[in-house]
Amino acid sequence: MRTYEVMFILKPDLPEEEAERIITQMEAVVTSTGGLLRKTDRMGRRRLAYFVRRYREGQYVLLEAECEAATVLELERRMRVAEPVIKFQSVRIDEELKRASKLQQARSKSSARRKSKRGAERGAASAASPA
Amino acid sequence: MGSQPGPSRGPGGPRREGGGGGGGARRQYARRRKVCRFCAERMDYIDYKDARLLGQFIPERGKILPMRTSGVCAPHQRRLMRAIKRARNIALLPFASDV
Repeated sequence: MRTYEVMFILKPDLPEEEAERIITQMEAVVTSTGGLLRKTDRMGRRRLAYFVRRYREGQYVLLEAECEAATVLELERRMRVAEPVIKFQSVRIDEELKRASKLQQARSKSSARRKSKRGAERGAASAASPA
Repeated sequence: MGSQPGPSRGPGGPRREGGGGGGGARRQYARRRKVCRFCAERMDYIDYKDARLLGQFIPERGKILPMRTSGVCAPHQRRLMRAIKRARNIALLPFASDV
């Protein structure tokens, strides 16, 4: 199992219920293939940085899921076929998150020491400045 | 030859001051080092979705700001580069802006 972030952009003029249908359809793909849906985030309408299929705006949707590679392949296949999806991108994030949490842990270990040291320095500086 | 006794000469004075005391008075650092923003803020993961943050590292033209200008350290510049390229792919950032 790996963690993926799948982001896709829907047409800006797509009616609400249509968008909802596409999203639930994508969610169903994840769960039906044995994946675990972490979260679904509708990031709303945004201006695109460049033209995509003659659109300058789009509705961004983000799916975060723990699943197998086959699930992502299936998702991508569907998005390619689905007409309202104008752009998509899937990114594997578990390795980077692991690395980030590891760094954070190492930092919190040493932060207590550093804090006490800095506090002592600050105390000395404020004592010296009035003179 | 008669005027050789140096210490009394005009140019001798300042030269001695400059030359003799120069070893200690010479500036060692020409420029202050820039500190990496991501190190200062303790950011481990640079998110490609954070377009506002990434936008600070792309000037008008849309190119990635070199680390010699921004002062970002090498590990963070690598992560930043990856985040910017991902953001470009999903149309959050431009590949090239106009003008």
